[in-house]
Amino acid sequence: MYKAIVIGTSYGGLEALKIILSKFDNTFPVPIVIVLHIGDHNNETFVNYMNTICSLEVKEAESNEKIKAGTIYFAPPNYHLLIESDFTFSLTTDQKHNFSRPSIDILFESAAWAYSKNLIGVVLTGANSDGAMGLKIIKEFGGMIMIQSPCSALSPAMPRAALKIAKPEIKLKLEDIADKLIDLAYS
Amino acid sequence: MAHSTYSESNSDLLNIEIQLLLQAIFLRYGYDFRNYSKAHIKRRVLHRLGTSMLSSVSQLQDRILRDREFFNEFLDDLSINVTEMFRDPEFYKSLREKIIPKLRTYAFFKIWHAGCSTGEEVYSLSILLKEEGLLDRCQVYATDFNRKVLGIAKDGVYQKSEIEQYEKNYLLSGGTCKLSDYYKSRYGSIIFDKELSNKIVFADHNLVTDTVFAEVNLVLCRNVLIYFEKGLQDKVIDLFYESLVPSGILCLGTKESIKFSRHENFFEIVDEKQKIFKKKIL
Repeated sequence: MYKAIVIGTSYGGLEALKIILSKFDNTFPVPIVIVLHIGDHNNETFVNYMNTICSLEVKEAESNEKIKAGTIYFAPPNYHLLIESDFTFSLTTDQKHNFSRPSIDILFESAAWAYSKNLIGVVLTGANSDGAMGLKIIKEFGGMIMIQSPCSALSPAMPRAALKIAKPEIKLKLEDIADKLIDLAYS
Repeated sequence: MAHSTYSESNSDLLNIEIQLLLQAIFLRYGYDFRNYSKAHIKRRVLHRLGTSMLSSVSQLQDRILRDREFFNEFLDDLSINVTEMFRDPEFYKSLREKIIPKLRTYAFFKIWHAGCSTGEEVYSLSILLKEEGLLDRCQVYATDFNRKVLGIAKDGVYQKSEIEQYEKNYLLSGGTCKLSDYYKSRYGSIIFDKELSNKIVFADHNLVTDTVFAEVNLVLCRNVLIYFEKGLQDKVIDLFYESLVPSGILCLGTKESIKFSRHENFFEIVDEKQKIFKKKIL
């Protein structure tokens, strides 16, 4: 039984997330935590927009906030987002990792520590290799991992790096990812 | 990333060893990281393990207990020294527009910059005070628990490579001159004018283990509380509350808040977005 889904993406991620996240209805039982590289810009406009197209509540993750089902959380720009063992968020302003802050690897690693086998990790389109190591760690902790198939990604570098390092068995086209997550969430 | 010695099968062991390590550091050296966010500490411990050819946290603990130099290096791992001049320019803009007029009403005032790290943000504050004609009327205490970064802050010498970003931040923050008016360039470094640091006392102070040391009109403590667990955050906000004069101002980091803290009702909001609060007169 899965208790959380973590998703990492950069270039092309906005469009990809719109397609995936709008497919979940408001009874979806698992919280979703996302790192999207969007530079130093404010998340506000984007979070507001996502709320208009998603049935689930979309918000920016806050320090010490308890992670709840029925919610989609985004890492705030310029902070790393970590998950604590009591399923709350913490933020740091540590050095960039893979030239990124927030870093997907850092979220994924801490999520694997907190949720171990009850976690699903997803790497989508993106132009660097952030997330590959993190996905590998999720796998090592017994979690389920998947990627957007590189050939269907706007920018294949990120899922390709994840494929090489974490060797996920599940590689899906963008439009099939939400259905797979829904299957797993109710399994 | 995770050290190969530890995996899912012994992750409980790792958590126990980290807890013991933090206890050992507290008993031996007096630095208390026991109520820091655990995931952050774990990353730092694993990172140090990865670079030091040691195979377990217990071995790391053994070395830390016996080797002060090695401990000092580890202390650098645990303290966050990522900072920049006029970081979050909108915050400095708000400080200039909303708080400076209040400070101007005092003949003399004191500011506490807690967790000042290598000092870039303290010099930013000094520049702002100078441009507002208030530098001669104040005393700034800039504190950190890490003596190494305090030394850098005191010297006021920084790499020139970052200056472009700093110039940009300065202008966005509402600076009225040019940043280059305040420093001299030498061999790829920039050196801030001594006039800016004349009013600053740099001092060793640990928010977790030390107490109130002065009554101040303004406290700046940005991006420090995010590293603490809830209980410790409350304790440190207590400390700021005790340090502030009635109607004194507390400035936190953009993602930090007194919301849900014990002291939520003891402060009123001055700028919700920039996290500027005013101590209520009760």
